[in-house]
Amino acid sequence: MSQQTIISARNLNLTFTTNDGPVHALKDVSLDINKGDFVSFIGPSGCGKTTFLRCIAGLETPTSGDIAVNGMTPDQARQARAYGYVFQAAGLYPWRTIGGNIKLPLEIMGFGKAEKAQRVKRVLELVDLAGFDRKFPWQLSGGMQQRASIARALAFDADILLMDEPFGALDEIVRDHLNEQLLQLWARTEKTIAFVTHSIPEAIYLSTKIVVMSPRPGRISDVIESTLPRDRPLDIRDSPEFIEIAHRVRDGLRTGHSDNV
Amino acid sequence: MKSVLPIFSVIAAILLFWVVSVVPMNMHLVADQAQRDDLVVTPDTPTARQNVSGIGLALRNTHLIPLTYTFVRPNLPSPHQVAGEMYKTIFGQKITSKRSLVYHGWVTLAPTLLGFLIGTSLGIFLAVGIVYSRVMDLSVMPWAIVSQTIPILALAPMVIVVLGSMGVQGVLPKSIIAAYLSFFPVVVGMVKGLRSPDAMQLDLLRTYSASKSQGFWALRLPSSAPYLFASLKIGISASLVGTIVAELPTGARAGFGARMLVGDQYGQPLVSWAALFAAAITAAALVGIFGFIEKATLKRMGMATT
Repeated sequence: MSQQTIISARNLNLTFTTNDGPVHALKDVSLDINKGDFVSFIGPSGCGKTTFLRCIAGLETPTSGDIAVNGMTPDQARQARAYGYVFQAAGLYPWRTIGGNIKLPLEIMGFGKAEKAQRVKRVLELVDLAGFDRKFPWQLSGGMQQRASIARALAFDADILLMDEPFGALDEIVRDHLNEQLLQLWARTEKTIAFVTHSIPEAIYLSTKIVVMSPRPGRISDVIESTLPRDRPLDIRDSPEFIEIAHRVRDGLRTGHSDNV
Repeated sequence: MKSVLPIFSVIAAILLFWVVSVVPMNMHLVADQAQRDDLVVTPDTPTARQNVSGIGLALRNTHLIPLTYTFVRPNLPSPHQVAGEMYKTIFGQKITSKRSLVYHGWVTLAPTLLGFLIGTSLGIFLAVGIVYSRVMDLSVMPWAIVSQTIPILALAPMVIVVLGSMGVQGVLPKSIIAAYLSFFPVVVGMVKGLRSPDAMQLDLLRTYSASKSQGFWALRLPSSAPYLFASLKIGISASLVGTIVAELPTGARAGFGARMLVGDQYGQPLVSWAALFAAAITAAALVGIFGFIEKATLKRMGMATT
């Protein structure tokens, strides 16, 4: 596995001006994400994990500091289709079929008709939804809808997948299942994934690197390189190694909070 | 089918109120006529009767009550008289005849539909401008609101006279009044509809680097469909009202508005009432058609509300 850095942030600061005064959303955030990494961002609300993801995507502009994606600015990277973004809600258009929803980015990016059809078929297979392209979103369960939205993000072959609490609204059982599938998908596609979550087990189960963040101001309090093997059955969550990492994550979350509570 | 019973209950209540009201409303007229026809009436002078209410007069002259329902020029015609007049003028005449309500209906409907088309197009055009241009947002909306505060009854004759002096006659002047009333609900509804996609949906398009026009066609326009249909239903009925108002003060010779005016001026209340009901039924049918299209479209778009 090459150790090529594809996302690199240096001393990133971001301050929002609100009616209640400035809010320091990110303070001196520095982080490298290597090609093929699965990086989770975990922390309480307001710790800036989503804001950081949005900075990578160029949806927010940092107040100071540098951020490079594939050696480009986030805006250039977006135009070069460097990443696919998955939001907390599936956000499928109800007036389009599943296939039509996946075609949306392809239409906007100007792919040809045959190419579109072939890509829809391929990504639907990747998320285990083959044969569902003519169904409408309301005919699918919440978990299936979220899988379709992942397929939509994969359709234009971006190397990076940015995921903002994609399974946050789903129940535990569906979530376990989707986590397992996401790992398989990651192994097959060799994408680099940045994944925001509230759930400690989810973060540890999925990641090669866990970034623990704390709020007010939003900053990184710990970066944990996972010692778990790449091949992870669900019951790895009962192993001593897993529990040890969980301890360290909790410690990181606690130290982040101690100076505030 | 569950909605049928409440609807009929309301209609029955209105009809009952109407039927009961016919007696006191027409009693004085009927009593005067009865006296001329040498029937017994108490009190027996018109001036004395003026001091008695319609109800009081009816109670003293119960034998005259049936006559209030068949009086030729009543203050308030009875339902069967209106129904009879409508039947006679809708089915009893050739539709090209000037006495046919179908003929007058078409004279009103054509400018209504044209005006609705103009008003809706203008409304959508303005709404797109308001959503995409800050300048238009600040400048157009206040004027659109002001435009609706001007009494249309005062404005209609001016528009018709000015257009007439410019040589514009026929369907178009009435259409412009209709458009004037119908563009407003479309503007308000479409602005709200085009702004209905949430931040997440707009962010999704930003991650694709979608252009403004791609965002419009792919997301904003389809999202606005439920709002557009609500506006269209208000707009089409406003358009019909606009056309009728345009016919009233301008001496139009044909159309529902002209029939209402003729009925009033020549003491033929049945003509006015028949035109009134025909206009109401036309409006209900137009709204119903749009309701049906709305239901079918939104169901197809997966946006049905029920």
